[in-house]
Amino acid sequence: MKRKKIIGNSVRFALYAAVAVFFIWAISNSYFDYIFSQSDTFLVLLRQHVVLVLVSSLLAILIAVPAGILITRPKFKKVEWVFSNIANLGQTIPSLAVLALMISILGIGFQTAVFALFIYSILPIFRNTVAGIDSIDKNMIDAAKGMGMKPHQILFRIELPNSAYSILAGIRTAVVLNIGTAALAYVVGAGGLGVWIFTGINLFDNGFLISGAIPVTLLAILADYILRKVEYIVVPKGSRRVEKA
Amino acid sequence: MDNWARFLEVNSSRILELTIDHAILVSLAIFVALLIGIPLGIYLTTNQYLADTVLQIASITLTIPSIALFGVMIPIFSLINQGIGFVPAFVALVLYSQLPIIRNTYTGIKNVNPEMRDAAIGMGMKTRQRLLRVEIPNALPVIMAGVRTAVVMNIGIAVIAAYIGAGGLGVLITQGISRNDNYLIISGSIAVAILAIIADAILLLIQKRFTKKAIAE
Amino acid sequence: MISFNHVTKSYGEEITAIDDVDFTVEEGKIVVLLGPSGCGKTTLLRMVNQLESITKGEIVINGENSKDLDPIELRRKIGYVIQSNGLFPNMTIEENVMIVPDLLGWNKKKKRERFEYLMNLIGLDPKDYGKRYPHELSGGQQQRIGVVRALAADPPVMLMDEPFGALDPIIRDKIQEEFLQIQREVKKTILFVSHDIDEAIKMADKIVLLRDGKIMQFDTPSEMLAHPNNEFVSQFFGKDRAIKSLSLHTVQNLREVIGLGPVDEAIQDTKTIHVHQDLRNTLSMLLNQEADQVIVKDEQDENIGTITIDMVQKYLHFEIKGKMSASQEG
Repeated sequence: MKRKKIIGNSVRFALYAAVAVFFIWAISNSYFDYIFSQSDTFLVLLRQHVVLVLVSSLLAILIAVPAGILITRPKFKKVEWVFSNIANLGQTIPSLAVLALMISILGIGFQTAVFALFIYSILPIFRNTVAGIDSIDKNMIDAAKGMGMKPHQILFRIELPNSAYSILAGIRTAVVLNIGTAALAYVVGAGGLGVWIFTGINLFDNGFLISGAIPVTLLAILADYILRKVEYIVVPKGSRRVEKA
Repeated sequence: MDNWARFLEVNSSRILELTIDHAILVSLAIFVALLIGIPLGIYLTTNQYLADTVLQIASITLTIPSIALFGVMIPIFSLINQGIGFVPAFVALVLYSQLPIIRNTYTGIKNVNPEMRDAAIGMGMKTRQRLLRVEIPNALPVIMAGVRTAVVMNIGIAVIAAYIGAGGLGVLITQGISRNDNYLIISGSIAVAILAIIADAILLLIQKRFTKKAIAE
Repeated sequence: MISFNHVTKSYGEEITAIDDVDFTVEEGKIVVLLGPSGCGKTTLLRMVNQLESITKGEIVINGENSKDLDPIELRRKIGYVIQSNGLFPNMTIEENVMIVPDLLGWNKKKKRERFEYLMNLIGLDPKDYGKRYPHELSGGQQQRIGVVRALAADPPVMLMDEPFGALDPIIRDKIQEEFLQIQREVKKTILFVSHDIDEAIKMADKIVLLRDGKIMQFDTPSEMLAHPNNEFVSQFFGKDRAIKSLSLHTVQNLREVIGLGPVDEAIQDTKTIHVHQDLRNTLSMLLNQEADQVIVKDEQDENIGTITIDMVQKYLHFEIKGKMSASQEG
């Protein structure tokens, strides 16, 4: 038992060491310097990036969650598979292509990027909303109906709280993906931290690469962390255990 | 329609070539990822401490945006003069595949019915025999589901790799963007989607083939 | 009171799920819908709270035709318990139990008092269990919560769809006893679905035996065991229906007919049973232990006699089988 613990801990520390070595190496080669020497530009790019993600994610949540709820109502149950298949198929289309194709429809610019990110974020949220609601034990709904709960009471008191974990996981997936896709917004001229990454690739400039890539990475990890905390707070205590996996 | 016919007449052989490149890049990455991920996943079932650590690392790796990972890898691989091209793309794809493969191997084996495991031990099977004859065959559907996730994901990520000179179907899309040519973008996207769907279908077939009927639900 | 007046349910022209069912559940009584799977017992139950529609006929609940009632209002006045307890994992035990009172807009104090009363009924500490979540309880406890949840708003009518079906036999037996105890106190009008013959005999004031949506017999358990209407009924209860009917008779019944044996003070380690214990349990107790007699105690815990296998057999032969064969051979 002790040996296993030692192996586990040494792997953990090896990783910490590797990350530390990377940062020391990057700093000693002054790869992070652009963040400070061009801090105005950096802040603009960062703000663009965050706004792109926030606006498109919020729009996607506002559309996808209600759509997922609607499609799981008895009235629309029959067409559910059609939409689920479209959602599955949609996810095989590369994000870069969605961005690129939007150029021909909306031209270059910020709106184009927001729209493309929004479209791409709908899928995981929609899928997880539907899956979450569908996975609720039908007996539970039956009991709720039998007790005289109205459809909206069943939705808000039973269905949504018990599928909250799945819905929020979908939102988290979408937002994290979105942060990465927003780094491609450079190609539609919408700015964001991708600008420095692509500049770095084009100019073979490690400074631009690292100064762009590390903040994007940290942004994604931070968003993932925050949204997991939100999940922990929002998901009712009783249904947490059941769906934890 | 006519335009499409003309476009395909000129470009079909190139599209096919890039599709094959794309498939090779992804297949090689998955192959190596399997060689690392499956033994690791199996080992993790015997070491809870390491399992927690490794799964956590793998899940953080997966949150790193692909273009950012490429951005970090270029400087690192420049140290061995491989900054651009196949190597960083390949390494990134292997890394991204680890989470679904390790996690599904680990949970697949962990979730094998404990009674079944007891029965195998009771019959006097050694650990290796038990793994090969009981645990892995029963965990196979879960492991394969992880492989399918990894493959479909990698086909998408490999598109971005075109920006760091790794070739593949991303080339059509990036060229389409820079030349403002929708034919290139659309044909590239459709080829990627078709590749993903076909790969998924093939893996599903393999999974069914190798899963004993009784376990396949 | 629930009256089924020539109730029929059909799907299209061809399939008739419920065929002209006509019976009444008297105020404060338990009627068990019994039958093989697919006989329509659950469908019939769910027609009462309008989870299933009625094609023909009507169901009258306490003088009101169910068709004239708003389904939501109706359901809030009917307790509903299902096999897989249907507790909501996102709510605490207290929230679960108090759903219907909550929907009805009861105030906090009234809810609190009601919750404490209900939890005491099933012997669970309201303070301890109120804040817990369903998954933290055992299967038996969850099912008890399911039952008191249905009782929460004190509905006059209860529908129970195999409420104890998922429990293991020992716990099921205990909860059945407990439920009967509660029923003696609350006296609800109960429609109860079961596929378990023993459960039906134990719980029912009357049994409705169904087959393919038709009533085969509607009678008290003892009548049904003693005088099955037809071949299906007697086969359904099986060859050992005489032994099954032992659970409808108590040691007291036997004492009145053939008396008890004398108490031999020399025998010390014999087991004892209560005079109101049913004869079926008594028999299994006798069969399971070495001694061929057990001591009978009365309410005051006094030894009033002994009982042996022979005596049970004698009672079975003359009292039960005798009455059965008087009407029908077999």
